[in-house]
Amino acid sequence: MKTYIDTGKKDTRSGFGAGLTELGKTNENVVALCADLTGSLKMDAFKANHPQRFFQVGIAEANMMGMAAGLTIGGKIPFTGTFANFSTGRVYDQIRQSIAYSGKNVKICASHAGVTLGEDGATHQILEDLGLMKMLPGMTVINTCDYNQTKAATIAIADYDGPVYLRFGRPKVANFTPENSSFTIGKAVELQEGTDVTIIATGHLVWEALEACKTLQEKGISAGVINIHTIKPLDAAAILKRVAITGCVVTAEEHNYLGGLGESVSRILAENHPVPQEFVATQDTFGESGTPDQLMEKYGLNAAAIVKAATKVVARK
Amino acid sequence: MADITQLEAFVTQVRRDIVRQVHKVNSGHPGGSLGCAEFLVALYQQVLQRKEGFNMDGNQEDIFFLSNGHISPVFYSVLARSGYFPVEELNTFRLLNSRLQGHPTTHEGLPGIRIASGSLGQGISVAIGAAAAKKLNNDNHIVYALCGDGELQEGQNWEAIMYASGNKVDNLIVTVDLNGQQIDGSTDTVLPLGNVKGKFEAFGWEVITIEQGNDIQAILEGMERAKAKTGQGKPVCVLLQTVMGNGVDFMMHTHAWHGKAPNDEQLASALAQNSETLGDY
Repeated sequence: MKTYIDTGKKDTRSGFGAGLTELGKTNENVVALCADLTGSLKMDAFKANHPQRFFQVGIAEANMMGMAAGLTIGGKIPFTGTFANFSTGRVYDQIRQSIAYSGKNVKICASHAGVTLGEDGATHQILEDLGLMKMLPGMTVINTCDYNQTKAATIAIADYDGPVYLRFGRPKVANFTPENSSFTIGKAVELQEGTDVTIIATGHLVWEALEACKTLQEKGISAGVINIHTIKPLDAAAILKRVAITGCVVTAEEHNYLGGLGESVSRILAENHPVPQEFVATQDTFGESGTPDQLMEKYGLNAAAIVKAATKVVARK
Repeated sequence: MADITQLEAFVTQVRRDIVRQVHKVNSGHPGGSLGCAEFLVALYQQVLQRKEGFNMDGNQEDIFFLSNGHISPVFYSVLARSGYFPVEELNTFRLLNSRLQGHPTTHEGLPGIRIASGSLGQGISVAIGAAAAKKLNNDNHIVYALCGDGELQEGQNWEAIMYASGNKVDNLIVTVDLNGQQIDGSTDTVLPLGNVKGKFEAFGWEVITIEQGNDIQAILEGMERAKAKTGQGKPVCVLLQTVMGNGVDFMMHTHAWHGKAPNDEQLASALAQNSETLGDY
């Protein structure tokens, strides 16, 4: 089993901010728009460095999405920044018509996704955004796992021509992706090669999956871990390669089990290689106030929940 | 100055194109299309500084966004007759596999279209973004947009209207088609718009009113005035007072023809009122 080192807890949103800061220096076509959450999205440095390329739109997300679509028409590469809830559900039709259907090169960057937003509660904790975004034809959907990967993804999507939804979060989490590692859209990262069960995780649940792996080893279960940072297009080959060996799957995500990564994996399996699958995800519920750790525990979104699901799915083989 | 007679003849042909497109597929929106025929002809034949051919980015030329996408019949006719795509293609309006979708879209690659529209209230935001890109590109050309009056009931417009003045987007001219009609009736009966001029002014816009919105000369003069107001720190709004269904007597002064196609007899009557000038497709 490979060892992954947490080099110090950092928030993924800061990875986005760092990536955007770098893009500001390297790509003059990159512009940024924010709906009154510049500090929360860590866009301050970009704003300070490039005031002409930063658009403070106020609390008006619909206008922000339309403006972003319009900016592409002069050859700009707009990055929008607000919470995941206000990046998706609030502006679904603007994204659908002005960005996705119009094929515009907009990068929708969404922080504070999922229950780990914490104390603000369910009004701000979207657990449906991956489903909303992956259903849009032509939309690329990315959910990164740590600071370094979020930074790399932010930089990578500027070079991709097309609409992208980039999802990250608020809490400080383990940072284990090697610094300056490359990010390839649509290419899964195989972190552990287990033989009994394959854990397919995205976002904050990837580190939890690595932790679960250790516990499962102690219990005599050899678990593999695939980091799916790109939920659409999904790397079916990487999944099927491991499932051919393990014959069962646990999917893990900070999202509703309806519409998330788990369902995308189910489709790949159903079409190619049906095997038992367990879903570590929220169970068609809204979130609530609490600390991120408390909420991940209550909603079954941590290493312990993955261990339980893995043990169950291995027994179902 | 353009030859007004020539532009009026152009409009007459566009009216024929509108009713023929809609009649053929028994669907579409003739009322608002007819009401904006003079405006779009004036815009594309005289007002816009545009380049030959079509480039999505529209650098170093004026660009236009249609927010009320349902008036696609007039937009398609004017685009085709302004050289963006073959006029014969108007024959494919709303048909399967056509580039002329019910509402305009970039998705099928129709030259002249820079954004999909149809779901209302999004065009001003897009135009603001394009105007911002022009400023970043040191491109001094103007971004134009057209929206309906009923469309102003969508809240996104007011986000955009507030943004544009607050951020001195002064290379933008938004025209509102004030025909006072929408699907369910007059705007006054559905949801009164109140004082539209006062609202735009209160939001910090320059407002130009064109009272004779179906008169080519009045439109050209009004748009000249609007253009003269650009570059002075404020976005510009043109209130274009039009008659829905203009040029086809039985379609005028009613909301009934907002989204209804004429039958054979009605088509014949509409065509009889507008003789062929540039040649039917």
